[in-house]
Amino acid sequence: MDRVGKSVLLAGLFAAPWVLSPYDLSLVGRFLALALPSLGVMWVWGYAGVLSLGQGVFFGLGGYALAMHLKVVGLPGGELPDFMVWNGLTTLPWWWAPFRSAFFSLLMVVLLPAASATALGFLLFRRRVTGVYVSLITQALALAFSTLLISQQGLTGGFNGLTDFTTFLGADVTSADFHRVLYWVTAALVASVVLGTRWVLGTDFGRLLLAMREAENRVRFLGYDPAPCKVAAFATSAVLAGAGGALFTLHVGVVSPAQVGVVPSIEMVIWAALGGRTNPVGVVAATVVGNLVKDRISSALPDAWLYLAGLLFIATVLAGPALGRWRTRLRGRPTSLRPEQEVAYVR
Amino acid sequence: MQELALALGQLFNGLSVGSILLLVGLGLALSFGLMRVINMAHGELLMVGGYLAYLVHASMPGALSPVVALVVGFWGAGLLGALLEWLVIRHLYGRPLDTLLATWGVGLLLQQAARNLFGPTGVEVTAPTWLQGAFTVNHGMLAALSLPHVRFFVLAVSAAVLLGLWALLYGTRLGLYVRSVNQDREVSSTLGIPTPWVDRAVFALGAGLAGAGGAALALVSPVTPTVGQSYIVDAFLVVILGGVGSLLGTALASALVGVLSSALQVFTSVSFSKVLLLVSVVAFLQIRPKGLIWVRSRTLEEGSHG
Amino acid sequence: MMRSLALAILGTLISVSVPTRGPAAESWVKVGVLHSLSGTMAISEVTVKNATLLAVDEINAAGGVLGRRVQAVVEDGASEPATFAQKAQKLIQQDRVATVFGGWTSASRKAMLPVFERFRHLLWYPVQFEGNECSPNIMYSGAQPNQQLLPALDWAFQRGHRQVFLVGSDYVFPRTANLILKKHIKERGGVVAGEEYVPLGGTDFSSVVNKIRASGATVVFNTINGDSNVAFFKQMAAAGLTPDKLPVMSFSIAEQEAKAIGPSLLAGSYATWNYFQSLPLPANRRFVAAYQARYGRDAAITDPMVHGYVDVLLWKAAVERAKSFEPDSVRKAAVQLPWLETPMGKVRFDRNQSLYQVAYVGQLDRSGQFRILWDSRQPIRPEPYDPLVFPGKTCKLH
Repeated sequence: MDRVGKSVLLAGLFAAPWVLSPYDLSLVGRFLALALPSLGVMWVWGYAGVLSLGQGVFFGLGGYALAMHLKVVGLPGGELPDFMVWNGLTTLPWWWAPFRSAFFSLLMVVLLPAASATALGFLLFRRRVTGVYVSLITQALALAFSTLLISQQGLTGGFNGLTDFTTFLGADVTSADFHRVLYWVTAALVASVVLGTRWVLGTDFGRLLLAMREAENRVRFLGYDPAPCKVAAFATSAVLAGAGGALFTLHVGVVSPAQVGVVPSIEMVIWAALGGRTNPVGVVAATVVGNLVKDRISSALPDAWLYLAGLLFIATVLAGPALGRWRTRLRGRPTSLRPEQEVAYVR
Repeated sequence: MQELALALGQLFNGLSVGSILLLVGLGLALSFGLMRVINMAHGELLMVGGYLAYLVHASMPGALSPVVALVVGFWGAGLLGALLEWLVIRHLYGRPLDTLLATWGVGLLLQQAARNLFGPTGVEVTAPTWLQGAFTVNHGMLAALSLPHVRFFVLAVSAAVLLGLWALLYGTRLGLYVRSVNQDREVSSTLGIPTPWVDRAVFALGAGLAGAGGAALALVSPVTPTVGQSYIVDAFLVVILGGVGSLLGTALASALVGVLSSALQVFTSVSFSKVLLLVSVVAFLQIRPKGLIWVRSRTLEEGSHG
Repeated sequence: MMRSLALAILGTLISVSVPTRGPAAESWVKVGVLHSLSGTMAISEVTVKNATLLAVDEINAAGGVLGRRVQAVVEDGASEPATFAQKAQKLIQQDRVATVFGGWTSASRKAMLPVFERFRHLLWYPVQFEGNECSPNIMYSGAQPNQQLLPALDWAFQRGHRQVFLVGSDYVFPRTANLILKKHIKERGGVVAGEEYVPLGGTDFSSVVNKIRASGATVVFNTINGDSNVAFFKQMAAAGLTPDKLPVMSFSIAEQEAKAIGPSLLAGSYATWNYFQSLPLPANRRFVAAYQARYGRDAAITDPMVHGYVDVLLWKAAVERAKSFEPDSVRKAAVQLPWLETPMGKVRFDRNQSLYQVAYVGQLDRSGQFRILWDSRQPIRPEPYDPLVFPGKTCKLH
């Protein structure tokens, strides 16, 4: 897209609060928040070549870290969040206490996903666990995480999740002003991630990452260790998912296990796939437009959405290589080798 | 001596759960191990088998209906699998991650179709009288021990399927082809083995096993549009844990996971034991990334670095 | 890039081409009906939606409310809490409805609550729940714990069943319900023989059944949700624990679930509700006939459906008393309403915005209907906070 197109898009993004109705604005805002985890999938899958089906875990870590703060911030000293009371708890668990601080919670929104992704990434990539193994293991972790959240009702709010927030950073989270500012923050974050992505890909790290995706063995033979590179990409994707989770929690006013399990994790992947895997603007557009379409269709014809979603999955995947060839012809340069081609070379 | 009865009961339950996992996992071990196709719709093929069993039981209730249901479930799901391979999978060979996404989509379609055809609530299969009831001890040390007949039946079915598959792979020409393609696809192809045909047959066989599994499972629990979802993640873990491509490994891993989860459930809640189980399997794979039994194969090694 | 632009254009087209349908004339008032029409909860919630729409049509046929006809705007919560919150906001902001009827799971209500408080709007919630909530922006017509759980306990202890095994799906209602039940069982000198939870949708009850057998329980209190009940009752029966050998009292199985699960499997088991289809009241006979005339002769009718139906009638009465559709006036008028004769008996709102209602214990027969064995005689006063478990907590809204 040319410079003019980009500026128009950016201007439209920021002018939305004056153009859209409050409800439509709230929809676009929360779907932009969902674009962050999709951008995360783009990083780990599109650039690092590792398909994680457990991004919901990081989304949840970010969302819960912030929600815990929102749950305790307005409480008078000594009082417990409502759900703890009706679960028979009498004192605040020690690990909840630091979340009284907004700064600590915001730090955790970034740190928890980053640290857990780094730890998991090192375990997996050091052992050269790759490809489908990573996908299936991360999917199992997503299932384990949501089951754990549900089973520890007194500590996590269980199936209901955490909801009913009042203030954040001194602002009333139910006010219209708060939601307008929240929209801008979300839009700014998405825009800077999109722009930042372009920049990072131009650095040595970016080039190494792409080279590794194309031919991991050859990169290894050149003396690079692919593991730290992959871990960095995985951690980046986790931070993006966590930030998306925190923003989504503020937009919707609830975080619950329904948003962190196997199905939402796969949904993040499908938006990234639909957006072209490696194209940040495409990924954002696919997430926002896809969710808008889902919203309209599921309102009018609840049954039809699942058929459409299924067909969309199949069509996107089947059409993937064809689209790649089409884009190559359009740009006049090859984008990538497929893994099987690499195997052929290595042989 | 209630503890002893409880412990024995749990051991039996563990083997029973393991036998269900084995029925689900064997088909996956075939398609995943041989063709590196991550079939996320495998759970839905199980569901198809379950619904077929429901139709069989409803249309011809009788002593033989569970056996007929197994056959119908096997062929019905198997044919659907062949169709699926022809429509979708064959375009995606060599792209395991893409098969994962595409088959997830197939799964969504099948779930919604089941919802529209049979309604969102589960349907239920009533076992014939010879399968109702239980082997119960009322006196002595093992009082309160009760082992339901249907669970014996499911155990027997999964053992039979395992043996049958073994015989097929190591005793027939098709089995020879399959093992050959598994070891080196290109050399096999050069030797005149019709690899596309072998692929389709293997995928259909895996699907058929899922269908038979669904027919057996229907005797124990309800068949719902989402029944496949509750087994698919566990089944994949069992396949990885066992070692991709190894039938024996899959069988061992199923029994291990089943017994372990039953044992955990004595001490903690069902939910929490599920979490513990998933995490410990993932941790185990850190120690042995190739699983319990490691099969040397060109296809698999290249794939795992692909 | 081209593709993303094309997508954006497509999206805009779709969002523009689906207008909000319906008449916009002054003589209409819109109400929102928000239930899961897709996903796991659809099976239960669609019927509540049907009952709600039946009430709306009956009101329109009788001349409407304050001279205006009622138009129902139906939305799908898709069994996801976040979607419920989103659609609630849509109904309030976009459709400008006068009030909203809807919700089933606690998760959906908890997610909607901040939305209704934020817009100072009003939600009518029709399902029995775990209590411990008290919002001025929700009318809780479903049973509080002391209107369903405790009457069941009264009944069980009267029958001499004092060793209680608690089994439930792993979510909020079962865990909180059992917390309350455990305190009351111990307080009354009974024994909690065991407590087990299985993940929602779980189908493996082998360990649970094994534990029940070994526990020496004389009654099981069952808060398992949905399909899982099939697996539970099946595996109980296979282990020889049929309802006639070990009585099971269920809190989430009504006529419709019984019909879907298969009455043969459940026959002889018990349930406690504030309504059964078999209730011999004239208002109930009329309601059953009207519902079945519209939705099928053998349609099963359940407690939450009747609450959904009664909610609309109560809303109409409150609007007429307040002479206004404004949510705050309506809720104030609602708690001053006199007793109303409904299909579930006579009801009225307490000052805590929950409903006075009678509790019934029924036993399921082979036709899928409940034979009513016991009732609380008088409507029970609703208590959102159980005084034994949560001493000192009260709900004062008016």
